[in-house]
Amino acid sequence: MNKPLRRIAIFCGLLVLALLARDNWLQYVQADSLAKHEKNRRVTIERYAQPRGDIIVDGKPITGSKATPGSDLKYKRTWKDGPMWAPVTGYSSQRIGANQLEYIDDGILTGNDDRLFFRRTLDMLTGEKKEGGNVVTTLNSAAQKAAYNGLKSKGKGAVAAIDPSTGAILALASTPSYDPGSFAGNTNDEAQHFLDLDKNKDKPLVNRALRETYPPGSTFKVVTAAAALEHGLYTDIDSKTDSPLPWTMPNTQTELKNEGPIPCKNATLREALRVSCNTVFGKIGSDLGKDKMLETAKKFGFNSEQFTPVRSNASNFPEDMDKPQTALSSIGQFETATTPLQMAMVTAAIANDGKLMEPYMVSELQARNLDTIEKHSPKEMSEPLSKENAQKVQQMMETVVEKGTGTNAKIPGVTVGGKTGTAQHGVANSKNPYAWFISYAKTDSGSPVAVAVVVEDSDADRGDISGGGLAAPIAKDVMKAVIDSKK
Amino acid sequence: MSSTTHTSTIGAIGAPSRRNTELALLAFAVVIPLFAYMNVGLALDGKVPTGMLGYGLGLGLLAGVGHIVVRKFAAYADPLLLPLATLLNGLGLVIIWRLDQSEKLRQRKNFVEAAPDQLLYSAIGVALFVGVLLLLKDHRVLQRYTYISMVGALILLLLPLVPGLGMNVFGAKIWIRVGGFSIQPGEFAKIVIAIFFAGYLMVKRDALALASRRFMGLYLPRGRDLGPIVVVWAMSILILVFETDLGTSLLFFGMFVVMLYVATERTSWIVFGLLMSAFGAVGVATFEPHVQQRVDAWLNPFAPETIAQTDQIAQSLMAFGSGGVLGTGLGQGNSDLIGFAANSDFILATFGEEMGLAGVMAILLIYGLIVERGVRTALAARDPFGKLLAIGLSGAFAIQVFVVSGGVMGLIPLTGMTMPFLAYGGSSVIANWALIGILIRISDTARRPAPSPAPNPDAEMTQVVRP
Repeated sequence: MNKPLRRIAIFCGLLVLALLARDNWLQYVQADSLAKHEKNRRVTIERYAQPRGDIIVDGKPITGSKATPGSDLKYKRTWKDGPMWAPVTGYSSQRIGANQLEYIDDGILTGNDDRLFFRRTLDMLTGEKKEGGNVVTTLNSAAQKAAYNGLKSKGKGAVAAIDPSTGAILALASTPSYDPGSFAGNTNDEAQHFLDLDKNKDKPLVNRALRETYPPGSTFKVVTAAAALEHGLYTDIDSKTDSPLPWTMPNTQTELKNEGPIPCKNATLREALRVSCNTVFGKIGSDLGKDKMLETAKKFGFNSEQFTPVRSNASNFPEDMDKPQTALSSIGQFETATTPLQMAMVTAAIANDGKLMEPYMVSELQARNLDTIEKHSPKEMSEPLSKENAQKVQQMMETVVEKGTGTNAKIPGVTVGGKTGTAQHGVANSKNPYAWFISYAKTDSGSPVAVAVVVEDSDADRGDISGGGLAAPIAKDVMKAVIDSKK
Repeated sequence: MSSTTHTSTIGAIGAPSRRNTELALLAFAVVIPLFAYMNVGLALDGKVPTGMLGYGLGLGLLAGVGHIVVRKFAAYADPLLLPLATLLNGLGLVIIWRLDQSEKLRQRKNFVEAAPDQLLYSAIGVALFVGVLLLLKDHRVLQRYTYISMVGALILLLLPLVPGLGMNVFGAKIWIRVGGFSIQPGEFAKIVIAIFFAGYLMVKRDALALASRRFMGLYLPRGRDLGPIVVVWAMSILILVFETDLGTSLLFFGMFVVMLYVATERTSWIVFGLLMSAFGAVGVATFEPHVQQRVDAWLNPFAPETIAQTDQIAQSLMAFGSGGVLGTGLGQGNSDLIGFAANSDFILATFGEEMGLAGVMAILLIYGLIVERGVRTALAARDPFGKLLAIGLSGAFAIQVFVVSGGVMGLIPLTGMTMPFLAYGGSSVIANWALIGILIRISDTARRPAPSPAPNPDAEMTQVVRP
């Protein structure tokens, strides 16, 4: 009986050997892919096991973390003034995921970024817990508050404000907004709340300042003015232009109309911008032709996405159009569409004497102990117009605020330049128009702020909607907030 | 037969009793789980757990009682079996206690702390172990109960099918409820049926081995000898069909083939056994949705259809993977994600996650050692009944360990069986302590020095009478 017994012994040995082999396969060869498997909840558990790093504005965190007892995900994200800051931070939800800054700088905030590797290893050896780093933004909380409160009182809209000399974004507001804290956790109620927000027809989840494109209306005329000067069509802003009234668009029988009986016949550039002549700027666009208009628009940043580092949609200046379409596009109609950020960039470039700085809103990434990991240095993006021409456009814009359509943006003791816009939209212009205002402020030490405001679908009566009336006061408050905070 | 072959290093004569070795090993078997217990407490609460003294004393007492009884009533027994079983039982208790602390499992409805129960079951198990050693002076006594065992095994196996007594727990009818306790009769049937096989085969082995015709290199058995095999085969199929218990049927059939092979020394029996089990398994798998599900879950543990039904296998595999080579450390894993059965069928996954590849290999080697000592006992046993019983019990133990851990690690389809000694469950712990008791009794008989030969009158000097 002993021979078969020995064979059985070998058989049992083989069984154990098979188990050992399988175990090595599982826990050594496949261990990594199983540990990081998409269905492995440990990844999520580990991710929320420590407080998330903060997003900083003006040296103070606008985010936080809260312990959530009774859940295996220990900490969830909190926001201070969530609806106000949502267009800047984005959301970070245990159930839904994250977007915008919370998503882009997730590695720093969770502490998983490779650049923190050395510190993480040290912490592991010294028994410290893993900690997330901070994201320091360029935003100005006073300006953000002014922008958000201004928009909230008017309904839907967006504001983007930029420091022209550096490209630093100072305010980025969008209404209606949402509170990212309302679905930061992992409960079904929170998930449902997110779905409701997502289906809401007012689109509160959309960051209008970066991701929504609107017809810019008359605010685009400053681009056309810049193109006219840059391409030498006109050189003096105070000499008469060749502008008949009425003006019939080339190759058509259609007259381009002005808003009311305004003095546009052979008006000077300064005057044409002051009263916002469609005929003058329409003809300039058509005279320059689409290639020259497109060249200038592109230099201002049209037709390409911007990364701030949050991606903005590309604004659109049509590449393919005939003469009358070029004329319409040049006064911000036809297919011209722009994000509020893009119009802020246009204004900033003009205020910065022609140099367009790359817009950005993260100045620094920090480790938990405030060591700098990455620092943004301002970069010039392009030079859409020369210093002389920029100053000419500035004079024109300052006239608009001084004694034109933009008087609502006047700030005592500060030079302000601006341009209003009232953009028709909808089939046969049936919907309430968008009210636009772009402006910059100038003090003795240069220009600290350029801002673009758009108010859409306001509850106001159609007749009352104008860039000067609805949008300019918001722009003024934002500029004032920036100037006051610099004092 | 056995006494003339050089089977093992355990000589028939003059073997040292090794009781002190056992005692030293037992000390380790108590201290290691004690440290593990402290480790879990420190990891979970940051302080030494309050129950540590009680736990240490309890485990030490169980081990001590076991040792004293072995020293007194089975002095020549194998010195490894008791410490190895104690170590596994102790580690199992620690992990069960550790899972008791899990927030996630506490939130499940019907949650009760399992560790105190398991400690009680372990005590009953050791009591049964002591009982076996006290009452069973010689394992050959069991030979007398061959056919009673058969009847007993059948009754035990059929109990879960009795209406009002059996319970359907998650698709398998392998439990009965008596009073407040639920019992898995299959665990006990394992031992009883081994006694029946050993007794039956000892008597029939010559008929089975010799009365056969040679056909294509195989010894074909006679029809009437084939009878019992077909009966066992049918029985295991019936268990599979009516109780949907893949594990137990595999266990019985495997055990029977092993014992048949050892008894007859005919390879042809193994071929028949494999053919019949393959035939049975494929046949049942075709008709039984429960078995099909398990096979599907084994082949594609991460498939959405599988996850929709149960994500246990996937969770178990991810627990092993997350553990890696060295593990997360006791108390610091998330194996409670497995949910239901985390502390019973799937307890090895917690070892995998928290003690890593190193820990699981150690556990598997401990099981391997127990089986190896069992086979060694079979080799050393002097009577065929003892040999068959020892190999049957250790074979069943080996198959059970393989089937359970193979299932949990995704090597083979999952079957509902428990890891001997580690897993939570009264029947399992108690039955396995009895199993170890019987093995210790056989090994004691095997290693006991043969009585010194009686004086031989022929050996006296022949007187030479000179004329």
